[in-house]
Amino acid sequence: MRPMPRTLVLAGLMTMLFLYLPIIILIGLSFNASTMGVAWKGFSVHWYQKLLADSSIVDATVNSLVIGGTSTACALLLGLGAAIGLEKWRGRPSSWMNTLIVLPLVIPEILMGVALLMAFVLLQVPLGFGSIIIGHMVFNLPLTVVILRARLRKLDPAWEDAARDLGATSWNVLTGITLPMLRPAIVGAALLSFTVSLDDFVVTFFVAGPGSTTLPLKVFSMIKTGMTPEVNALSAIMVVVSMVCVGLSWLFQQQTPSSLINNDQSS
Amino acid sequence: MTNPHNPIMLPLWSLLLLGVGLLIGGCSDSSSSSPSGTADPPRLHYYTWSDYVDPEILAAFEASRGVRVVVDTFSSNEELLAKVQTGMIGYDVVVPSDFMAGIMGRLGLLAELDLSRIPHVKDLERHLTHLPFDSTQQFAIPYLWGTVGIGYNAVVVTEVPTSWDVLWDPQYSGRISMLNDQREVFGLALKSLGHSLNSRDTQFIQQAKERLIRQKPLVKAYTSEQFDQLLVSGDVVLAHAWGGPVARAMREDPSIRYAIPQEGGTIWTDCLAVLASSKQKELAMDFMNFLLSEPVALQTSKRLLFASANRHVRNQLPPEIRNNIAVYPPDEVLPRMEWMEDVQEATRDYDRAWTELKVH
Amino acid sequence: MPPPTHSWPLPLKCSFWAAGVFLLLFFVLPLMMVFGVSLASRGLYGGVEWIATFDNYRRLADPLIGVIFLRSLFFASMTTIACGVIGFPLAYMVARASHRWQLVLLMLVMIPFWTNFLVRTYAWILILRADGLVNGVLLRLGIQSEPLSLLFTDFAVAIGLIYGYLPFMVLPLIVAIERISPQLEEAAYDLYASMGAMFRHVVLPLSKPGFMAGGVLVFIPSLGAFITPYLLGGGQKMMIGTLIQQEFLVSRDWPFGSALSFGLMGSALMLWFLVSRTALGKDLP
Repeated sequence: MRPMPRTLVLAGLMTMLFLYLPIIILIGLSFNASTMGVAWKGFSVHWYQKLLADSSIVDATVNSLVIGGTSTACALLLGLGAAIGLEKWRGRPSSWMNTLIVLPLVIPEILMGVALLMAFVLLQVPLGFGSIIIGHMVFNLPLTVVILRARLRKLDPAWEDAARDLGATSWNVLTGITLPMLRPAIVGAALLSFTVSLDDFVVTFFVAGPGSTTLPLKVFSMIKTGMTPEVNALSAIMVVVSMVCVGLSWLFQQQTPSSLINNDQSS
Repeated sequence: MTNPHNPIMLPLWSLLLLGVGLLIGGCSDSSSSSPSGTADPPRLHYYTWSDYVDPEILAAFEASRGVRVVVDTFSSNEELLAKVQTGMIGYDVVVPSDFMAGIMGRLGLLAELDLSRIPHVKDLERHLTHLPFDSTQQFAIPYLWGTVGIGYNAVVVTEVPTSWDVLWDPQYSGRISMLNDQREVFGLALKSLGHSLNSRDTQFIQQAKERLIRQKPLVKAYTSEQFDQLLVSGDVVLAHAWGGPVARAMREDPSIRYAIPQEGGTIWTDCLAVLASSKQKELAMDFMNFLLSEPVALQTSKRLLFASANRHVRNQLPPEIRNNIAVYPPDEVLPRMEWMEDVQEATRDYDRAWTELKVH
Repeated sequence: MPPPTHSWPLPLKCSFWAAGVFLLLFFVLPLMMVFGVSLASRGLYGGVEWIATFDNYRRLADPLIGVIFLRSLFFASMTTIACGVIGFPLAYMVARASHRWQLVLLMLVMIPFWTNFLVRTYAWILILRADGLVNGVLLRLGIQSEPLSLLFTDFAVAIGLIYGYLPFMVLPLIVAIERISPQLEEAAYDLYASMGAMFRHVVLPLSKPGFMAGGVLVFIPSLGAFITPYLLGGGQKMMIGTLIQQEFLVSRDWPFGSALSFGLMGSALMLWFLVSRTALGKDLP
């Protein structure tokens, strides 16, 4: 296979650099002794100490992770059914359902936040973890469906037909053929959903309740009242943790026997 | 036939299990467990500005009463009102700013205070005892107070600003910042034209708008929370500012000063109040009293550089804080300052004028 | 024609209908409520008074609102196009990477976005400030003698928006490009196509679903964005998202805010409909 065009790779790497520039700044400044401003005033781990002592930030981070994981998992469960179902079900009602599913992505977040708040008040749902998870799912579900469908559309139905002809039950077809072929899309959808959930501010802002402050809410209030470098330290930690996860998953990939047909990129 | 070694199912199942596990963990996590394992101590829900949280003070209160204080924070009065108005919020003590306390009181969102439980109300500064929105501390008690003025870099702005007009001075073009607050900005313009900052007169509001539109090319940014950093970084040499953040910026850069123009400006106070829906009203009032007590108020003022509503704190503060006009405005300035009030129907006029200003 | 559910396994059926119910309850219902509010009037202290009126929608015809909307439209379009251009090389690189590297690269792309959006946007302030990184480098290298005023400009807002929404373009593109068989590219080369022609006639057209999905995910939210303009724009220019937030939170005019939101949603929908039908063709929803 021909190597990729050099200009393309260069452009791609520069984009990577662009992505990481603020991160590098944040990590650098997290060791800056100065309380405000960019001027370097000496190396210090003071902010890390302050961060770990600040239970409200730690709580908020844990809340965000829990909410992120849950809403991603639930959105994936519902989204798989919705995406696969919509692909197989051609016809007018299907396109209505499709529009309905994709609509949340078109709604301005602030409208969604206000709308959910009104609905929760009407349905007497107490604001807290549950309300935030639901709020996040309203966005994650369409996101998952869109990504899954983009991939599903290109799948060759011949594989599934062949499997059925060979006597596989519909469950086998699903788990043995469809889902494996969807794997990159599932991973992509999960990653994006988790990221969106972790970062969500607007909807969370409206539907959060006592004791369920998430990281973005906490950070926003810290920024509003004079950003302290503790948050830089937090960002640095999050980046390092993510990189450790990447390293681990890479190791995991090395050990998994690749026995599937879909390992070959052309399938 | 299902392939038992199908690697796709493994990540999927683990994701599912993870999700369920987190869900269960999350549900039990949201109500933190008490160390003793026996009955949960009573909880007080405190909803306040994000920089007002001092873990030491909260811990002291928790220890002395055997309760738990759960804190959440907000960063604007509107946020507070929006949350409280839904009626789905279980907070006990809240900290609205002056005019917001008035609005919340009129809307019946605040509980009537039993002042016998808050003896420190006797220690309020004189000028805070008869506030326009609540002259008898019926539902709100002042906690911290201050002014809105001009933060400036004395190295660049060599003459001490005496009038709001300095913010229209073309020699500082591109290095001026204004608060991103509709009422504060228009209030400033109205004061500079000799009117009240609570004016409901359409004509005056239009005049203020014209003046502000003329100023706009000189303004680098409209920001309510970055101005202190902009002063320190040098992006801005004149800032429409609240006193406290400027005092904190002074610690970083001694050439930063604070001035209150002779036309006068806003005087503000953040108040402690109890929500009408609170189930812990006595504990809430107890907590308010605790926050207003001298040692606690002293520590708060030292940390935040905001003036305390407790008048006995003033003399116990170190001179560099006590004499800093960004924290404690001089007495002769007080008569010129105005409290911000709800302008009711005129809100629409301000709203439209503000939007027009921003669109230019 | 009813869904051919007879051939589906039970869990899939449940999942499908559960998705539908979920959206009805937590999406359609809330929106209907907001629509109801948009037809009501603002109470004296900012509550909602149930007096029916079309006033709120009439106010949308104000030229002031038109200016605001056009500005937001401009930013959103620029952001989308820029994300497409900047995101494509990276997406191609990741999609065509060997299996070993793919997951690593994918996660490397995602990591910056697992740090908080507000904090990252804030970091741009530190980069663009008068005493920030860019100016520091420019002054040090002698390229400039005075610091550039980069912060609180349209440029700063654009960078912030592009940076914030890039992964929404990159991820769908990766998924779409991955689906393009490399054999097609080989075939093009075998037929003496230059690299440029190969991209133009094979890869780019086949990446369309990726661009479409990414385009929607970038354009719509950036149209209603208000945090980035807030932090990086210095509150100078009013965008539609800022206006809506102002109506809800500051002016407390929920009915008008609701009407504005519906107006925004309606125009976003119309635009998406137009673009998907005309520019990008038939094999799309």
